[in-house]
Amino acid sequence: MKVAVCVKQIPDPADPGALDPETRTLKRDVKLILDESDSYGVEMALQLVDAAGGGEVVLVSMAPNNERSGLSTALAMGAASATLVSDPALVGTDALTTAKILGKIISDQEPDLVIAGSESSDGYTGTVPEQIAGVLGWPSVTAAKAVAIDGSAMKVERQTDAGYDEVECSLPAVISVTAGVVEPRYPSFKGIMAAKSKPVVQMTVADLGMTAAEVGWAGSGQEVVDVTVAPVREAGEKIEDDGEAHLKIIEFLESVKAI
Amino acid sequence: MVSDYIPPLKDINFVLEHIAGAHELAGLDRFSESFDASMVEPVLEEVGRFMAEVVAPTNVDGDTTMSKWVDGEVITPDSFKAAYKQYVATGFGSIPFDPTYGGGGFPWTVGVAIQELLTSSNMAFSLCPLLTQGAIDAIEHHADDKMKSAYLPKMLTGQWSGTMNLSEPQAGSDVGAVATKAEPVGDGSYKITGQKIWITFGDHDMAENIVHLVLARTPGAPPGTKGITMFMVPKYLLDGQGNPGEKNDVACVSIEHKLGIHGSPTCVLSFGDNGGAIGWPIGDEFTGMRNMFTMMNNARLSVGLQGLALAERAYQGSLAYAQERRQGTAVGAKRGVQSPIIEHADVRRLLMSQRSWIDAMRCLIYTNAASIDRSKALSGEEGEQAREMADLLIPLSKSLCTDLGNELTSLAMQVFGGMGYVEETGAAQHYRDIRIGAIYEGTNGIQAADLVGRKLPMRGGGVVMDHLAALDLKAKELASQEGMAVFAENLETAVATARDATSWLLEHGATDVNAALAGSSPYLRMLGTVVCGGLMADLAMKADKSSDAEFAEAKKVSARFFGEQILPTANGLLGAVTAGPDDLFALTPKQLA
Repeated sequence: MKVAVCVKQIPDPADPGALDPETRTLKRDVKLILDESDSYGVEMALQLVDAAGGGEVVLVSMAPNNERSGLSTALAMGAASATLVSDPALVGTDALTTAKILGKIISDQEPDLVIAGSESSDGYTGTVPEQIAGVLGWPSVTAAKAVAIDGSAMKVERQTDAGYDEVECSLPAVISVTAGVVEPRYPSFKGIMAAKSKPVVQMTVADLGMTAAEVGWAGSGQEVVDVTVAPVREAGEKIEDDGEAHLKIIEFLESVKAI
Repeated sequence: MVSDYIPPLKDINFVLEHIAGAHELAGLDRFSESFDASMVEPVLEEVGRFMAEVVAPTNVDGDTTMSKWVDGEVITPDSFKAAYKQYVATGFGSIPFDPTYGGGGFPWTVGVAIQELLTSSNMAFSLCPLLTQGAIDAIEHHADDKMKSAYLPKMLTGQWSGTMNLSEPQAGSDVGAVATKAEPVGDGSYKITGQKIWITFGDHDMAENIVHLVLARTPGAPPGTKGITMFMVPKYLLDGQGNPGEKNDVACVSIEHKLGIHGSPTCVLSFGDNGGAIGWPIGDEFTGMRNMFTMMNNARLSVGLQGLALAERAYQGSLAYAQERRQGTAVGAKRGVQSPIIEHADVRRLLMSQRSWIDAMRCLIYTNAASIDRSKALSGEEGEQAREMADLLIPLSKSLCTDLGNELTSLAMQVFGGMGYVEETGAAQHYRDIRIGAIYEGTNGIQAADLVGRKLPMRGGGVVMDHLAALDLKAKELASQEGMAVFAENLETAVATARDATSWLLEHGATDVNAALAGSSPYLRMLGTVVCGGLMADLAMKADKSSDAEFAEAKKVSARFFGEQILPTANGLLGAVTAGPDDLFALTPKQLA
């Protein structure tokens, strides 16, 4: 079984750096790490391959400066190889174009299943997995919390507000996973050492048969027009409990239409 | 409110590469096949992440839940068991050991960096892997191949842990007084009977087996250290498949109630209450003490490292607090507005003192580790020089860094003000936990005696004097560095003072042992501070090798602070070093009251 996992390398959220004043996007010329939300996809993929009795997990990623530190973490966890698209022309690429680029690599890889995090921890567009499915014309299942593969079909427990839905679909397919669905393993020493010699194929926009005009700011239908600082959280209201405080809580919850 | 641990990887990597020269070790035959220097950073990156995310969060739980003695067995906190299981799965414990038994074959210096990350995360927890490493070291050097194959692979991963059993109620610092008996059974094994105390992780529920290394006397053994043999006594005897089977006759009869490191069970072990615990000798009869000494350097270095590791963790907490806490209006701040306390000069002094000493300690410990690696990897004169350097630095690393562990965790607490004295902030735990460092693995007084009694006399004082001469050259080199003139001058002065002190000890110590011993502790502090001065000069001169200009600037300022404000304190110790023992012994115990 072959599982492709989309992984994003992002600036360390503990030290996120700054916004580029011109493009109003996050500066990404710092050291990047594996987005934690993607480590769940990598782990789920490794478990599915184990359960299938063999196969491989391959990574697909897009990042500036041929950055591969985050890929190294996923390779050290146990992924077999990675394909990385890196090209100065990609600056400003929106979610749909990202999906087109990743979709091209994925279709070359011919995996049985594609796993992606529901949303990245830096951009939060939350649309790329479904767009990849759309580009490839494959079924898409979001918020997968448990996956079982049976031949060419897949059963997925899909997280909902009320519980979960049981969904079935054919393969190949694209699923997205949210944080916490599995516990990502930490790379072992042997895994870290092995990662060094695992293949990371680097590709440019031209390698994908695309032009600079199709990607980046030029090819994207989006522009960041303004950025404002998030409002400072206001002080909350303190209610002394005179025995009737629970009524105040109910009143408040009703006022925000929570109940 | 307890702050998270941020692995100081930039500092660690820089000191490893540019101060300790760890990467150059890859060029030596001993390491050339197994050690890939380009993998140091990626390995430490993942180790650091693991320690910060998995081990560091167990630190407070270990302190409050504590390891407990229940119905004759030790129960560790659940958080420890879960973290240890993951630690074993990573195989990080095996990195500095022999590839023959599943080790990574990396230098000890890199192992020390891993230990720093582990110890800063949770000192109490770190003691289990630490004691295991000590036991591995002894087995690797002195056990026969059969024993090595049976025990080492599982000890390297941590699946089985190890302990060191030296002390007995009447045999503490005086190990020669050991009375535990070993009677030969006739099949190569021995029956061990006796009681051992202070056994760190002597019993616990994190590993599948515990391999005790026990010092004992065989029948007719000569008294003192010359009659001691080392035995391996597993908690569970191995079955035919090499797995833990029948329980050996070893029992944990109690654990100590301590000031700190509450998660680490300090056990009283009773061997042979039911006829004798089965054990096998490691090395020849009567070589126990000598064999114990082969791992003494590593063990003492590891304890020194604890001073660095806890100072680092405590510093991080105090630095974060100093930026959040607002009190008073700093000079130059708008009137009526409370400033973050980091804006006050004296808080800055508390922080810079920590920052600068932590840099110095890291340079010292890692350089010491690299000299141990070099002493093992090189032969001839180069090997001998490295061994001399390793031996000289060991008492400095152990004593200076654990003394500073006490002092700097205290400064960190001071930054917190009253809140530091309250357990909630975590500052108090670091202060309590590190206090043992100056006591165990040879008290700091014993280290000072080792320095003046064994290390100073090496080549008739030549080893120390050669090092001081090298520091003189370093001072000259530093003088041409921009902004470092005062530091360079101070280094020259401090080296001259250290030379005077050394000459005095060499002259008087030869005829009056007590004269040398009386001044030994202040001499250790002086020499340690001067040696650190030399290392900080290195840091100042090499800082620009970093590609990160802000980091380079920070290291230069830290080094200059050391050179201008800490290094001169060494000079003030000359009086205490050279005063001799008269006043120490002038008063009777009654007069001392």
